[in-house]
Amino acid sequence: MGLLSKKDAKLITDPLADNNPITIQVLGICSALAITAELKASIVMSFAVLFVLGVGNVVISLMRNIIPSKIRIIVQLIVVASLVIIVDQVLKAFAYELSKTLSVFVGLIITNCIIMGRFEAFALGNGPWKSFLDGIGNALGYAVILIIVGFFRELLGSGTLLGIPVLGDPIEKTGVYSIGYENNGFMLMPPMALIIVGLIIWVQRSRNKDLIED
Amino acid sequence: MAVDTDKNSYTIIFAVAMVLVVGSLLAFTASSLAPNIDENKRMEKQQNILYAMGVNANEGDGDITFVSTDKVAEAFKTNISEQLVIEVKDGEIVKTMTRQEFMDANGGKEPYLIDVKKQQARYKNGESRFLPLFVGQQEGKKVYVAPIRGKGLWDAIWGYVALDEDMVVRGTFFDHAGETPGLGANIKQRYFMDDFYGERLLTEAGVFKGITVAKGNNDPKNETKDDYEVDALAGATITGDGVSAMIKSDLKLYLPYFKTLN
Repeated sequence: MGLLSKKDAKLITDPLADNNPITIQVLGICSALAITAELKASIVMSFAVLFVLGVGNVVISLMRNIIPSKIRIIVQLIVVASLVIIVDQVLKAFAYELSKTLSVFVGLIITNCIIMGRFEAFALGNGPWKSFLDGIGNALGYAVILIIVGFFRELLGSGTLLGIPVLGDPIEKTGVYSIGYENNGFMLMPPMALIIVGLIIWVQRSRNKDLIED
Repeated sequence: MAVDTDKNSYTIIFAVAMVLVVGSLLAFTASSLAPNIDENKRMEKQQNILYAMGVNANEGDGDITFVSTDKVAEAFKTNISEQLVIEVKDGEIVKTMTRQEFMDANGGKEPYLIDVKKQQARYKNGESRFLPLFVGQQEGKKVYVAPIRGKGLWDAIWGYVALDEDMVVRGTFFDHAGETPGLGANIKQRYFMDDFYGERLLTEAGVFKGITVAKGNNDPKNETKDDYEVDALAGATITGDGVSAMIKSDLKLYLPYFKTLN
């Protein structure tokens, strides 16, 4: 017996591939375009969303029977916004450097449609433990795509990974640059994230024909 | 559950209760953490000023490491020999104050805590503006560090520029509130900041020209130091323009003071 029952484990593994929030549900595209020019930013964003979605799903799930349905979207928004602001304030007080790295993402986390999507579609109708697993699973599914996109955009766009040059020096013409390779500046532009996400969707659907809708 | 969550009265009560709970929670968090946050911001300003004049803990090429927080107060005292506040109005110096004079006149406020944004607004309204200047040493020569502030693409950008007596750049530090990671946010990278070293702000005749962040200036290694240009960042035109603009508008005001030095 594993740690999780089969049904619970599916909550985590499904969003990683066959029900991925980005490539299948097409949520969270905005932040996937905005911040994936660097691998580091993708990783920071992934952790931030992992935390907010995990905790937020539990909070909403605990409140699900008392939230008035007429104002549930606003209630969800308030929960995300307050969570993010509290975390940001605590980081500012005790881990100032980290909070500076995160500053750009705070606004993006609040508006991330994956979070609202999971609150609305899952946490409002399921218990806290299941909601927690669903939150973690979806955040991981989001993280996988973000990191793949960030990896290719930084590698092909700047020739670096996590800020470390891996292809040689483009100005001194060392490494692969010595044989005429050039960085593709276009990779740093947001549209290229869309093209990479498109390629991932293509690969995913050609491997699993069930995902193709007609 | 017995409660009818669809009733209007319930909805209103719930909304009011939620606002009260969340509001007090946030207010409590903010006010209880405020002293720590202020202290962090204060130390960051000192670190930035020291970084601009070349006092840092950098190891290796791309590294940006400040003097550590436990040493920064001490380093600020030893490395900054003099702090000045220049009051300017309509491009003319009204008076130049030492740190002590400024603090006496402004309720003990340290010059490095002067809010550049507020001062810019005052100047725009035709009032006088306080310009702080931090004097230190670099390779045996005096350097003067000045704060600058402007607009990037999404939010504020700011920085500190170290100048020698002829207004030649001897170091910079840039930061931003919310520029795009990988694009505009790269103004905070070493390769961008280091490009400014040795660039001139004044023409031979002593006229203020400033430095432009320029695309395609055919000098990616930035070897030509007298072209008043540094190489731009790909995909960050507006952030780069913001850097050029804040250098021009804010440092220009210091020109009358630098003229008195020679």
